[in-house]
Amino acid sequence: MIASTLTTPTAMRDAFVDIVTAELEVNPQLAVVLAEISADRFERAAARHPDRVLNLGIREQLLVGAGGGLALSGLRPVVHTYAPFLVERPFEQIKLDFVHQDVGGVLVGIGGSFDGANLGRTHQAPGDVALIDSLPGWTVHVPGHPAEVEPLLRAALAGQDRVYLRLSTETNRDAHPGTGFQLIRTGRRGVVIAVGPVLDAVLDATATADVTVLYASTIRPFDTAGLCAALSGVDRADVVLVEPYLRGTSAHQANEALSEVPHRLLSLGVRRDEELRAYGTPAEHAAAHGLDARTIRAALDTFLG
Amino acid sequence: MTTVISGYADLPELIGRMTGDEKHAAVATSTLDVLWVLYDRVLRVDPDRPDDPDRDRFLLSKGHAPMAYYAVLAVKGFLRPDELDTWATFDSRLGHHPDRALVPGVEIGSGSLGHGLPIGVGLALGLRAQGRPCRVVVLVGDAELEEGSNHEAIQVAGRLGLDRLTVVVVDNASASLGWPGGVADRFAREGWAGTTVNGRDHDALYTAFTRDHPGHPLAVVAAVEPKEYRHP
Repeated sequence: MIASTLTTPTAMRDAFVDIVTAELEVNPQLAVVLAEISADRFERAAARHPDRVLNLGIREQLLVGAGGGLALSGLRPVVHTYAPFLVERPFEQIKLDFVHQDVGGVLVGIGGSFDGANLGRTHQAPGDVALIDSLPGWTVHVPGHPAEVEPLLRAALAGQDRVYLRLSTETNRDAHPGTGFQLIRTGRRGVVIAVGPVLDAVLDATATADVTVLYASTIRPFDTAGLCAALSGVDRADVVLVEPYLRGTSAHQANEALSEVPHRLLSLGVRRDEELRAYGTPAEHAAAHGLDARTIRAALDTFLG
Repeated sequence: MTTVISGYADLPELIGRMTGDEKHAAVATSTLDVLWVLYDRVLRVDPDRPDDPDRDRFLLSKGHAPMAYYAVLAVKGFLRPDELDTWATFDSRLGHHPDRALVPGVEIGSGSLGHGLPIGVGLALGLRAQGRPCRVVVLVGDAELEEGSNHEAIQVAGRLGLDRLTVVVVDNASASLGWPGGVADRFAREGWAGTTVNGRDHDALYTAFTRDHPGHPLAVVAAVEPKEYRHP
C-alpha cells in the first residue's frame, strides 16, 4: 500500500517506491527488476506495466544479471533488494554485467548498515559502499532523510550512468537536499564530514566544539573541491570522516584530495576488526561501532587535542 | 597476405592465424559448427549496422577459446581477417575472452561462466517490453551449466514464456559430475521447448534453431565429441 505522497514521504523506502511508480507512468524507458523484496509495494505499478516491473523471485544473481541485460536492450533499469543481497551476494554480476558490459543502471538498496540490527549479520552489509567503490564509474548516494531521496533518485533515473542509492531507516532530524559537501556549521579546529544518517550524531557531538561540519548525501564522486574550500577556513588540516558504513571507506579519497597538504585524518564508521555478534536496535549497533554522539565527541577530543 | 574469404571452408585457416596451429585444432573446436550455422543462416545481423536496435543478439556466454567466434565474425564482415594476427597482444581488440566494448558485433564481454544466460533473460525481457521482434541466442557449455546462476535464469525464462530467447548448449561432456538424464531435461522440466541434435550437422542445427516454439523459450543441445582433455 502506498500511503505517503511525493512531497511528504514518511520513509526513504516509501519515497523510493512512490517516485519510481510515478516515473514509470511518464518514462517508457524505465524498468524495475525485483527479487521479492518490495514486490508487494510495486503491485500497482506491476499491474499497469507488467513488461517493465519484473519480480524474478528470490534469485539475486539473476536480478543483477537481468538488470544488465535490460540496460543492454536500451532500457534504464532500477535494480532493488535488501543491501546484502544486492551488493554482496551478486557482486560479480555488478562487476561484469554492468561495469564490464559498459552499461548503466540504478541499484537501490535498503537496510543501510544495520537497519536490521535484530536480524543479525546476514542482513547487514556495512561493506557495500567499499565494494561498489572498488569498481569504476559509480555515483553513490547516501541520503540521510526521506526528503533527500527524491532529487537524488529523479536525477539517477534520468541519467545513463551507474548509480548506487543506499537507503536506510536511520534518518536525521532535518533534510539537506543538495549536491557535494554542504556546509552545515563553521569552526576553526578542523573539518568533520558527516555522510548520510550520521549527521545528527555528529551535530550532537560537536554542539560545543569549534569545528566545521560538512554534510554529504552523495559520497561518490568525492567532493574534493568542497573539502579543500572548508579547510581554507580552519587553523589546521585536521579532517574527521564519519561514515555510516565500513570505517575508512572514503579515507583514500580524502588522502588523495589532500595529497599536497600536510594533514591528519581520523576515520569513524562501522568497525572492521571483528564481527559484531549482537541483536538489539540500530542505536545500540551505532554505539557499538562508536557512531553515537558521546563516542564521536570523545574521539574528536582525543584527535583534535 | 591477400585472402578472399567467403565461407565455412575458410574457418580453419582463419583460426590458424590465431593459434598458429594446424587445421585439426580448428576442426576440434566444439563451437565451430554451431557458430557457423547461427551466423550463416539464423541470426539477422549486419556488420554495417552493428547497433541496429532490432538486430538479433548472440551472446557467447562460454567466452573462453573464442577463436572460432572471431573467425566466423571475420568471415561475416565484423572483423578484418588480418586483425586476427594481432590476437591476444596488448593493443589487440581480440583477447582470450571477448570484450563487447572493443569489438562491434560482440554483444557481451564474457569469460566468467554463468553470466550470459541471466543477461540474455534481461535482454529478452527488455526487447519484449519495447516491442522489438528480435531473437536473443545464448551459447553456453555443458560444464558452464554447473553455475547456479544459469538455473535461476532457466526457471524464470520458462515461467515467463520468453519465446524470443534461445539457448544453445554445446555439449562436449565436459561437466565433471555429468547431467544424469541429460542436459535437455533441465530445460524441459522448466517449460522450455527443446531438442538435442548432432552439433556438427548443419541442417539439423538449422532445423532445431528455426522450429516453432510459441510461448516457450527454446533450448538446443548441440552434442559434439567428448572433450579429450581438460584445461589446467
